[in-house]
Amino acid sequence: MPPPTPDHDDVIHSESFLRSLMRRQLALSVSCAATFFAALLGVPLLNYFAPALMATRVGGFTLSWLLLGVLFFPFVWIISFIFIRRSIALENQEVDDVQRTGKGGN
Amino acid sequence: MTAFPLAALLGGVDLWIFAFSFVTVVVTIGMGFWSARQSKTASDFFVAGRSVSVGWNASAISGEYLSAASFMGIAGMVMSSGYDALWYPVCYACGYLFLLLFIAGPLRRFGAYTIPDFAEGRFDSPLFRKIAVCFVLFIGFFYTMPQMKGAGVTLAYIFPGMPYWAGVVLVGAVITFNVALGGMKGITLVQAFQYWAKMFAISIPVFVLMSVFGYYNQHIGANAAAGEPAAIVGTANADGIERKPLAEKAPKDNAWIAPFGPLTTKAVNAAAAALPAEQRAAYLEEHQKPYSLLYTYSLIIALVCGTAGLPHILVRFYTNPDGVAAKKTTMWVMILIGIFYVFPPVFGVIGRNLMPELYAGVGAKGTDKVVLELPTLLTAKGSLLGSILSGITCAGAFAAFMSTFSGLLVSMTGALAHDVYGRMLRPQSKPAERMFAFKIAAILIGAVSIGLGCFVELLEINFMVGQAFAIAAASYFPLLFMSVWWRGMTMKGAAVGMLTGGLCALVAAALTNFSTLALDKGPMGKMFSVFAPLNNFWAQHPLLRILCEQPAIWTVPLAITLMIVVSKATASEIPGDVRMKMLVLHAPEKLGLKQEYIQEHQAGAGH
Repeated sequence: MPPPTPDHDDVIHSESFLRSLMRRQLALSVSCAATFFAALLGVPLLNYFAPALMATRVGGFTLSWLLLGVLFFPFVWIISFIFIRRSIALENQEVDDVQRTGKGGN
Repeated sequence: MTAFPLAALLGGVDLWIFAFSFVTVVVTIGMGFWSARQSKTASDFFVAGRSVSVGWNASAISGEYLSAASFMGIAGMVMSSGYDALWYPVCYACGYLFLLLFIAGPLRRFGAYTIPDFAEGRFDSPLFRKIAVCFVLFIGFFYTMPQMKGAGVTLAYIFPGMPYWAGVVLVGAVITFNVALGGMKGITLVQAFQYWAKMFAISIPVFVLMSVFGYYNQHIGANAAAGEPAAIVGTANADGIERKPLAEKAPKDNAWIAPFGPLTTKAVNAAAAALPAEQRAAYLEEHQKPYSLLYTYSLIIALVCGTAGLPHILVRFYTNPDGVAAKKTTMWVMILIGIFYVFPPVFGVIGRNLMPELYAGVGAKGTDKVVLELPTLLTAKGSLLGSILSGITCAGAFAAFMSTFSGLLVSMTGALAHDVYGRMLRPQSKPAERMFAFKIAAILIGAVSIGLGCFVELLEINFMVGQAFAIAAASYFPLLFMSVWWRGMTMKGAAVGMLTGGLCALVAAALTNFSTLALDKGPMGKMFSVFAPLNNFWAQHPLLRILCEQPAIWTVPLAITLMIVVSKATASEIPGDVRMKMLVLHAPEKLGLKQEYIQEHQAGAGH
């Protein structure tokens, strides 16, 4: 059975609120994911088209080994740190918006 | 048959190694018993009363995630295949980012115990729950097989006289017993402890080995890439690295250190070997690198998307008090596992230079045991340190397969007891009956896992885990991703997409494994000899072999496409209150929209 839904007249139950909510969240996630995928899918492409460059020795490591085996982890931490800060800020802003423009809550 | 001659079993056992492993097992079981007294209600049993702090939960998720594949398999695969195997640790860690970006927050806000709960709540369909439950079991069993191999390999190493299957049975029985007694609450504590045990066990031996035998970069530097002068073998090079001659089966330096090496080119090489000698070079030139790139991308998709769809990991997001905590937990998980994943490849690299005799071994005696055996090199230098460090890595391996197997057992048992028994068979059952069902289900699933584990001695640990990820990537990942972000999903669309994608990946993975087992010269080869012609077929069609071995590149898009097409065709069946559901998934929890799905369900069922 569907759960009893409260009155649908306030701001948070409106169509426009849901749309903007999902759009803002998705925009944030997609921009972080794009950075991540550019790097993740870019490494095989570099390996494919610039093998000599990727085989350059950096203190014993080949460049591609250093990128993948060591440096990739901190790169991912940076993306996730930025995402979490922005995502928490976004949620707080959404709550503020609702409380300023409509009666909010239920 | 059951009793081994005790002397043969104990002959050659190193007491240090035995002592460390034994202590790990005893501590794990002790914690299980201790926490069993503390978890009383059914809710405690399933998701630890939903009140685990960020630090504990992050350590526990990491502890559960770092399986035998991470601890032993990566090192073994880096040793056997080189650079290409690095994609495994990288994507195991990065998959978490993907989970964080798209799925972790909304799923927690929705508030349900398990993925089947989510599936039913999102589409108001008890039928869909049943379909979703099947995949908890499919993925779970695929993931338990490599854990069982880890157990078999480790016990065969500690007790040189013990056959592989006996190790699988012994470890499987101990963990099953532990889970049947403790439930999830016990597991949270045990998992968190085990993360730190594994971290200690992988890092300390690496530092000691590097300080004695040379550093990570120096050991990689001792392998000549294409165009560089051949490596020196037998005497120390400029960095002081003294390599041993490689075994015949080992890949050559230039193939091992460079991308598109033996792992990703195996199918093309097999196809070339079937051609007349004069055509081989041209064939390899044309096909090797493109197919290898395809393999790499498919592997990346499987591992990154698969992480987001692993049932035993997702269930833990519900043990966070709120969505912000769920996100912070994921951040910490990525840091904890990211640091860990730098270390296992070091074992593989040093092992290639200093312990190449492992290349000649098969099954439990092959490269998968390099993590366990490498520290014994120090013993040759005349110190006890080798035995102690080898004991520590064995203890870490125990922590690895015990924690992951426990976690899987809990979620698979939860699916059976909570979903199949509690909701389908006997919805009116009392809590005490459900607790009893949980215990019976744990024993049942433990027994099946042990049975499957006995068959997989010849498959690489890491490779099998990759297959479990590929199935998750083609089933749960599209379900979660699309259901969270697209309102137009219908139950039929979700079910068709998930079933088709997941089953295609499942069949592809099974065929690959059967054909590999058919190559065996021993009894396993006879058992699977029906599949031997498949290897000839694949020698003719290397592309199909790659698409079967790494199916994610076609199964994930297939599942998502089917979900969209079927949902569009059945658009009239979109759940009526979809807007409310999407609000619950996306609105900040401070707005008070969070709907405790289970509570309402119970309130609804009560009257």
